[in-house]
Amino acid sequence: MKPIEAIRIAWEAIAKNKIRSFLTMLGIIIGVAAVIIMVGISAGTEAAIQEQITSLGSNLVFVQSSFTRGRPGQGPQSGGLVFDDSTAIQDEVEGVTAVVVEQYSSETVRVGDVTLEEVEILGTTTGFPSVRDIDIAEGRYFYDLEIERKQKVAVLGSSLAKELFNNESPIGKYITVGSTKLTVIGVLKEKGMVGNTDYDSRVYLPISVVFQKFTPSFFARIMGDSVRMIYVELDEDANLDSVITQIELLLAKRHGVSLEEADFTVTTQQDIIETQESTTAAFRSLLAWVAGVSLIVGGIGIMNIMLVSVTERTREIGIRQAVGATPNDIRIQFLTEALLLSIVGGLIGIVLGVGGAYIFSAFSGMRTVIMVHSILLAFGSAAIVGAFFGYYPANQAAQLDPIDALRYE
Amino acid sequence: MMSARKIIETIDIRKIYGMGEVSVAALDGVSIDIEEGEFVAIMGPSGSGKSTLMHILGCLSRPTSGQYLLDGEDVSRLNKVELAAIRNRKLGFIFQSYNLLTRTTALRNVTLPMVYDRTKEFTPEESDEKASRILEHVGLGERAHHQPHELSGGQQQRVAIARALVNDPVLLIADEPTGNLDSQSGEEIMTLLHRLHQEGATIVMVTHDSEISAHTQRTIHLLDGRVETVVKNGKKKPGKEKVEK
Ligand SMILES: Nc1ncnc2c1ncn2[C@@H]1O[C@H](COP(=O)(O)OP(=O)(O)OP(=O)(O)O)[C@@H](O)[C@H]1O
Ligand SMILES: [Mg+2]
Repeated sequence: MKPIEAIRIAWEAIAKNKIRSFLTMLGIIIGVAAVIIMVGISAGTEAAIQEQITSLGSNLVFVQSSFTRGRPGQGPQSGGLVFDDSTAIQDEVEGVTAVVVEQYSSETVRVGDVTLEEVEILGTTTGFPSVRDIDIAEGRYFYDLEIERKQKVAVLGSSLAKELFNNESPIGKYITVGSTKLTVIGVLKEKGMVGNTDYDSRVYLPISVVFQKFTPSFFARIMGDSVRMIYVELDEDANLDSVITQIELLLAKRHGVSLEEADFTVTTQQDIIETQESTTAAFRSLLAWVAGVSLIVGGIGIMNIMLVSVTERTREIGIRQAVGATPNDIRIQFLTEALLLSIVGGLIGIVLGVGGAYIFSAFSGMRTVIMVHSILLAFGSAAIVGAFFGYYPANQAAQLDPIDALRYE
Repeated sequence: MMSARKIIETIDIRKIYGMGEVSVAALDGVSIDIEEGEFVAIMGPSGSGKSTLMHILGCLSRPTSGQYLLDGEDVSRLNKVELAAIRNRKLGFIFQSYNLLTRTTALRNVTLPMVYDRTKEFTPEESDEKASRILEHVGLGERAHHQPHELSGGQQQRVAIARALVNDPVLLIADEPTGNLDSQSGEEIMTLLHRLHQEGATIVMVTHDSEISAHTQRTIHLLDGRVETVVKNGKKKPGKEKVEK
């Protein structure tokens, strides 16, 4: 029997039972579509995050407070990162072009009769928009002088500005943060979520104002005002490793700790990308499992229907054997049918998957990336599943005895 | 006497179904010869082993013991694949219940054996052309594109005969070909078989009708899986005389 003949026979058998064939393919269709959509979404988010991270520039080093690993009873010998650490880095480490600090708080914000609870307050320095790659939509960011003088000025994230002022321009208007009245001098452009940080719903204040009004501490007078994060921007041609070592040694010395007990961590852009990659890789392998299971379920559906089909068509098998079909001819015929079911199912799944990914993007605004390799993978697995689960029924058919098959009613 | 080629020669064929105490000897030592161009009827009471013998002659099953030479070749020990090839190239089987593929046109039913022919390569046009020619020959030229459920029993049996003829077999095997038909259509089928015989076909046919068997050359009577008697009938060998219609 020629392959083309096997395909023709299989196709006719499938076409004779359109609804049943479609239901049989459904498992494969869903499996393949799910793979394409899910991989598309995960690849899309990954690409979006990657882009945002790299847009921040690779010459950035993050210094963060971490819990003191000191021995018990030693007490808060150091209070973690303090503002003066940032000035020290700026002054003493070679290859540093800018240093920006961050400290958070959370306060009630009021404008007229609008009150928002637990708004994130972010104290920063002038270089912040540049290191975080944020543009100003309206007005301006604060100046060094305003930080020095603890001027009561504020810059709003885009969605917060909308919530507080609707579509009016907030520039020059007053907001009350906690019990402090501040003048709005700028609004940031929309930035969206980066990782799990929402840049658009925060109030940005001069760090000095945050120290004074929102995070005053007893220790501040002795050890300085603590900060959550210090961004260190490097010269284009600075040696990254050398800068990291310098920062680590400097801070260890300032905090009076050894490097092993450091109460801070120094990370690079690269480290963040790597963490990101390892989480998306975990997500992807989870997807692969889900997809694999749904394809196997689809395969079992094919096997089930093929077994029914072999039983129903026992007489047909007998007739074919009587006119000269060998066991192998029969096996190939049913295997082709199972393969064709899974391949057609796979093709429909691809169409639905690609279409579904576009629709998902259109409605959710999330980016999806259609990966050619995910299409090939899904399609290939569908075909393999068809062949694997089609083999047993096909073999059952091939082993029928011609006379028994002809007698079957 | 012209020494004709032996198409069938069976030597002491046995077919035992089941095992041990419940075993049934459906055939219990059958030795028959059938020559090229012969038209032989097989008769016998129900359960005498007629169908069992036809299945073995048709290479649909193998004897438990004994030898079967088909067209000079011992086929009694061939495996499934080899038997399939013999059925395809040398034999045409006509069943009581037609055994056509449902929801498949007469033409497609007739081309079916060509699909499984490994010795010849047919283009679709060639096989369609050959199948229509044979359908024409059995008087169904206009029904080539009808499906079995659109045909009468007699017409369906003609399609089955066309299918049996399509690979130019050396032997036609018919197990009660008129068994499912009314007498009118049955007669038409017999007329067709006689015509094929005139044209040179070798035919073995099971029948319950002594009227029908009387018009063949020989009748082999089976009883309890053995050959009871062999009777020569009136029908002449083809080609020697004109045969009455
Ligand atoms: N597959 C089988 N298993 C067991 N016994 C069988 C089988 N096939 C046939 N037999 C037995 O073999 C004997 C011969 O059966 P067979 O079908 O050849 O008879 P037959 O002459 O064709 O009868 P009928 O005229 O009714 O068609 C019967 O006793 C039957 O019961
Ligand atoms: Mg019988």
